[in-house]
Amino acid sequence: MTSSAVIRIFVGLYLTVFFAYLFLPLFFMVGAAFNDSRFPSVLPWQGGTLKWFGELFADPMLGESLVNSLIIGLGVVALSVPIGLAAALLLTRFQSRARTLLYGVMVSPVLTPGVILGISTLVFWRRFDVAGGILLTVLAQTSFIASYCMLMFMARLQRFDPALEEAALDLGASHLQAFRRIVIPFLMPAILSAAFIAFLQSFENYNTTLFVYGSDRPLTVYLASKVRIGLTPAVNALAVIFILLTVAGAIAYELLRRRERARSALARAHARLATAGDDRGSPTPAAAEPARA
Amino acid sequence: MRLMMPAAVAEFVRRYGVVMSASIVLTCAVWVLVIVVLPQILMVDYSFRPSLPPSRQGGPEDVYTLKNYVTLFSNPINLAIFFKTIWSSALVTAVALAVCYPIAYYLAQVASGRRAALLVLGLIVPYWVNEILRAFAWFLMMARNGLFNTVLTEAGLIAEPITFLGTIPAVLVGMVYAYVLFMVFPIYSSLESLDRNQVEAARDLGAGWWRIHWRIAIPHAKPGIAVGCIMTFMLAAGSYAVPAILGGPQSRWFTEVIYAQFFEGLNWNQGAAYAFILLVLCILFILAMMRLFRVGLTEIAR
Repeated sequence: MTSSAVIRIFVGLYLTVFFAYLFLPLFFMVGAAFNDSRFPSVLPWQGGTLKWFGELFADPMLGESLVNSLIIGLGVVALSVPIGLAAALLLTRFQSRARTLLYGVMVSPVLTPGVILGISTLVFWRRFDVAGGILLTVLAQTSFIASYCMLMFMARLQRFDPALEEAALDLGASHLQAFRRIVIPFLMPAILSAAFIAFLQSFENYNTTLFVYGSDRPLTVYLASKVRIGLTPAVNALAVIFILLTVAGAIAYELLRRRERARSALARAHARLATAGDDRGSPTPAAAEPARA
Repeated sequence: MRLMMPAAVAEFVRRYGVVMSASIVLTCAVWVLVIVVLPQILMVDYSFRPSLPPSRQGGPEDVYTLKNYVTLFSNPINLAIFFKTIWSSALVTAVALAVCYPIAYYLAQVASGRRAALLVLGLIVPYWVNEILRAFAWFLMMARNGLFNTVLTEAGLIAEPITFLGTIPAVLVGMVYAYVLFMVFPIYSSLESLDRNQVEAARDLGAGWWRIHWRIAIPHAKPGIAVGCIMTFMLAAGSYAVPAILGGPQSRWFTEVIYAQFFEGLNWNQGAAYAFILLVLCILFILAMMRLFRVGLTEIAR
C-alpha cells in the first residue's frame, strides 16, 4: 500500500468520525422525541409515538413564547437592516482617517460576549426606567445583529461600481432617485439575506436575551427553562420543531444564495462572451467583468 | 489631516445629498451611541459605584469606589471560578483548532466540486442548530440513564452508571461541540483563497506534508485561525447555556456568577464589575491573537 493510499484512508476516517460527531447527538435527540419512553432516550426503543408532541402543544406557554420570538425577530430586522445599510454606506463611501476607528466601534459588538451586550442594555435603560421586555430585547439584539448586517452590505458594496451612481446623478437624477433606482436594486440580494440572517440570529439568541427579556419569554428562554426543569420527551419534541424550522430556513437561504451566485456568474460569462472580441488573450477573466448585472 | 475631513464630508454629501447624508449619519449615530457605546460606558460607570437602595443613589455615599473589583480578589470561590473559566476556554479553543484545521484544509484544498459543496452544507446545518439544543443533546447522552451509561452497562463494561454530568470535562466536551463550527468556517474561508498551484509547486520541489502546512498553508490561514480562536474563546468564556445545562455546582462558570449577581443577589453594581472584567479578558485575548498572528482588525472582522 502506498503512502498516499494510507493518507486517503486516514482522511476518510477522520471525516467520517467528525461528521458522526456533529450529527449523531442531534439524531439521538430527535429520535427520543418519537420514543414511547418516559426518559428521553432512543435506547431502549419502546415503540414510536407522537404523544410527546401532544404534551408539548398542551402547554399554553409555547404559543406565547413563539409569538414573543416572532415579534422580537421582526423588530430586530426592522432596526438592523437599515442600520447595517447606513453604516455600510458610511464606511465604504466616507474616506477619512476616522474610518478605522469607526469601523472598530461598529464591529466590536460581534466580538463582545453576548451576555455583556444584554447586561449593558439592561443597566443603561434602567436609568430611564425602562425594564426588561420585548423592547429591550430588540435593542440588545440589534446592537450586534446590525454589525452582521453591516458586514454583509459592505461585502456587496465592494463589488458596486460607483460610476453608475455618478452617471445617474450626471444625467439629472435626484439623490433619492439615484439611490432608489441604482443602489437599492443592486443591494437587493444583500438586503434579503441580511433580513433573513438577522431574523434567524434573533430567533436563536439566548445569551443576550437572558438578561433583558423581563417577563416576555421568547422561545429560546422557554426552551432553556424546559431543558433545565422538566425532563420529558416533550422537550425533544420542541427540539425537533426548532431544528426543522431553522434547518429549513438555513437550507432555503443557502440555496437562494447559490442561485444568486450562479446567476451573477452566468451574467459575467455572457458579458465575457460579448466582449471576447476586444479583449481576447486578457490573462484575467476579471478584467472582463461586466457592469455588474 | 484636518483638511481631509471636510473634503471627505463634502464628497459624501455630494454623492447622497444633504437629506440622505444626514439620515445616514443620524442612523449610525443612534446605533453607535445609544445602542452600543453609551450602554457600555454606563455599565462601566455602574461597576465603580456601590450598591445602594434607590433612595440613597446620587446621595453622599454614591461615590466612585473599587470595592466591586476588590470583591473578586477577596472572594476565593469567585476568583477560582474566574481562572477556571479562562483556562477552560483556552483549552476549548485549542482543542477546537486542532480538530478543525484538518477539516477546513480538506474542504478548501482537497475536496472538489459537488463533494465539497455537500460537505459544507453538512456543516451549515448543525451550525444553525441552537446552542441550547446542542448542549441538551449531550445532556441526554451523558445523563445517568442516558445513552452512554446504557450502552456501557449493556456491554458489561461497567456495573454502576458513571456520573458524567456536573463535571468540568462534561462542560468542556459540550463546549467544543457547541462552538467547533465557529472555528471551521473562518479557517475554511481563508484557506479557500490559497492557490492550489502553490501547494503543488511546494510538493514538486520536495516539501513534505508537514513543511507544506507549516510554511505555506498555516501562514496563509493566519487571519482565519485568529478569527476562529477569537470567536471560540469569546463564545466559550461568555457561554451561559452549556455550563448551565451540562454543569453543576462543581463546574460553575463565570457567566453564572454574573447572572447570580443580577437575578439572585440583586447586586447589579457587582454584576456590572464582573461583566466588565469578562469584557476586558476578551479584549486582551483579541489583542494577544492579533499580535500572535500579526493580523489587523480589518482582516479579523470580514
